[in-house]
Amino acid sequence: MATIGLSFVDWLIIIIYFAFILGIGYYLKRFTKNQEDFFIAGRKNSSWVAGIAFLSANLGALELLGMTGNTYKYGMYVAHFYWIGAIPAMLFLGIYMMPFYYSSKIHSVPGYLKLRFDEKTRTLNAIGFAVMTLLVSGINLYAMALVLHTFLGWDWDVSIWISAATVAVYVTMSGLMSAIFTEIIQFFLIWFGLFLVSILGIVEIGSIHEVFARVPESFGRLWATSADASQNGMAVTWAGIVLGLGFVLSFGYWTTDFLVVQRAFSARDLRSARMTPMIASFFKMAVPFIVIMAGLVALVLASDPNSGFALLKDGGQINYDSALPLLIQRYYPAGLAGLGITALLAGFMAGQAGNVSAFNTVWTYDLYRSHINKKASDEHLLWMGRVATIVGIIISVGTAYWAKSFPSIMDYMQAIFSWVNAPLFATMLLGMFVVWITPSGAFWGLVAGMGSSFTLFLAVKFQWIDPTVITMSTAASDMAVNFWRAWWAWVICFVVTIAISLFTKKKPKEELVGLVKGLTSGVGEVHVAFVKTPEFYAILSLIVLFVLNIYYW
Amino acid sequence: MKPIWYFVGILLLTLGVIILLTGAYSLAYPPEHQKVLASYHPALWWGGIMTIAGLIFFLANRKKTVR
Repeated sequence: MATIGLSFVDWLIIIIYFAFILGIGYYLKRFTKNQEDFFIAGRKNSSWVAGIAFLSANLGALELLGMTGNTYKYGMYVAHFYWIGAIPAMLFLGIYMMPFYYSSKIHSVPGYLKLRFDEKTRTLNAIGFAVMTLLVSGINLYAMALVLHTFLGWDWDVSIWISAATVAVYVTMSGLMSAIFTEIIQFFLIWFGLFLVSILGIVEIGSIHEVFARVPESFGRLWATSADASQNGMAVTWAGIVLGLGFVLSFGYWTTDFLVVQRAFSARDLRSARMTPMIASFFKMAVPFIVIMAGLVALVLASDPNSGFALLKDGGQINYDSALPLLIQRYYPAGLAGLGITALLAGFMAGQAGNVSAFNTVWTYDLYRSHINKKASDEHLLWMGRVATIVGIIISVGTAYWAKSFPSIMDYMQAIFSWVNAPLFATMLLGMFVVWITPSGAFWGLVAGMGSSFTLFLAVKFQWIDPTVITMSTAASDMAVNFWRAWWAWVICFVVTIAISLFTKKKPKEELVGLVKGLTSGVGEVHVAFVKTPEFYAILSLIVLFVLNIYYW
Repeated sequence: MKPIWYFVGILLLTLGVIILLTGAYSLAYPPEHQKVLASYHPALWWGGIMTIAGLIFFLANRKKTVR
C-alpha cells in the first residue's frame, strides 16, 4: 500500500506533542523531591486523575490496533474484553481489595506479598513481574516501529530510538507522576484522535443500525451464539468467556497487575484509591465505541466491492491490525491525520512509560532494597529509580530488536499474562480473604500455577496434547485456549495453596492485622453519604454493564 | 503545581486551533486529492470541538494549583 502521506501540519502536530510531553517532564521534575514523589507520585492524586491513568495504562496503541482487528475477525465478541472481561474485576478491586493494598502503605503488589506471606513469595512475583514488564515494554516498542514503518514509511531504528529516548527522559525526570500526566494526555488524544474514525464510518455507511445489518448476524451479538463454540467466530463457549476471561484473566490482570494498580496507589486517600477503578470502569465500557465500531465499519467496507477498501495482506495472510490505520488514511485530511498518528504514538509511548515506571518501582523496592542494599537512604533509592528507568528502557530496546529478528515472540507474549497474573490472582484472593493460608502454601501454589500455565502453553504449542483437552469443547481457537489455560493455572494454584497450607506453619495473627479480611475491622469504612461512596458507583457501573449485555445479547 | 487538566487544555487548544485553521484553509483552497467524506469538512468542525474543549479545560484551571 502507499504509506499515509503526512503534510507539514501533521508533522507540526507530532512535533508539538513530543515537545509538550518533554516540557511536562521538565516542569514536574521540580516537584519530584523524594522517593515517594518518584515512585508513587507523592500519594496526592485525585480519584479522577488516578482513575483515568488507571484506564490509560491499559489503553495502549497495541490494544487499539489489535482489538479493532480482532473485531473485524470475531465481531462483537471482542466487547467481552471491555465489559465482562474487565468491569467486575475493576469493581472487586475497588470494593474489596483496595482497602488492604492502600492501608498497608506498600509501594508495590509484591510488597503486599512480603507483608502477608514472606520474602521468597515476594521475590518470585517481583522477578516474574519485572521480566514480564520489560518484555511487554520491548514488544510495545517493536510493534510501534512496525506500525510506523508499514503505514508511514518511517525508519525502523529512528522510530525506536527517538520514542525510547523521549520516554527515558521524561520518566527519569519525574517518575510515576510524569507517566501519569502523559497517560491522561494520551487518554484525551485517543478519544479526540480516533473516535472520529467511528463517527465518519457510521456517516459513510448510513447509521449504526445499517452497520449491524450489514455484518453477519453472529458478529453483532454478544452471547446469543455462545452455547456452541462452533457457532461463533471466536470458537469459545460462554463457560470459557465467563471462567477464563471474565474471572481468571480479568481478575488476574485488573486486581494484581502492578502496572494498573500502581495508579490507584498514587491516590491521595483511601476513598480516592477505591474510587479509582470505579471511575475507570465507566470509561472502559465506552472504549468499544472506538474499537468495536471501527472494526465493524472496516468489515462492512471490505465486504462492499464498491468501497475500494481492503485490509493489507502479508504473505497471503490478512493483516487485521491494519484496519484502524487504513480507516485513518481513508477519512482523515491534513491536520486530522497528524492527530490520529499522534494518538497512536501517544498510546505506544504512554504504554512504554507505564511499564517502565512499574518496573523501576518493583526493581528498587522488591529486589534492590530487599536483597542488595537493605539500608539504602531515601536519596539513594531515588537515584536507583532513575538508573532503573534508563536500564529498563535499554533492555526494552534490546527486546524490540530481538522481536524484530524473532517475530514469533509476539505469539508468546499473548501467553505471558496467563503465566504470571492468573495464578497470582488465586494467591491474592486466598491471602486477603483466608486467614490460615501459609507462606509456604502461597509460594508453592504460585510455583505450581506458573509452572502449569507454562507447561500447558508448551504442550499446545508443540502439539503434545490436543487443545480441545484444555477447552473441553469440540472447537478451540487460540483465544479459547488462552482463556482455558488461565482457568486451569488458577485452579491449580488455588488447590495447591490450600493443600500445602493445611500442613505448614501459619503466620501469627497479630502480624496479619490490616492485611486479611477476617482480622481487619473498619478498613475501607468511610462516613460519607451513600451516593458518594465507591459502592454506589459500583452499582451504577454494574447497571450499565447489565444493560449493555442485554442490549447486544 | 498546575493541575493536569490545565495542560490537557493547552494541548487540546493548540492542536484544535491548528486543525481548525487547516480545515478552513482546505475549505477555501480544496486539495487536489480529496479524502472520503471530504465534503463534510471534518477537520473544520472536529478542530472546532477540540478548540472549545481545550478552552474550557484551560479557563477552568488556569488559576488553580494542586498540592
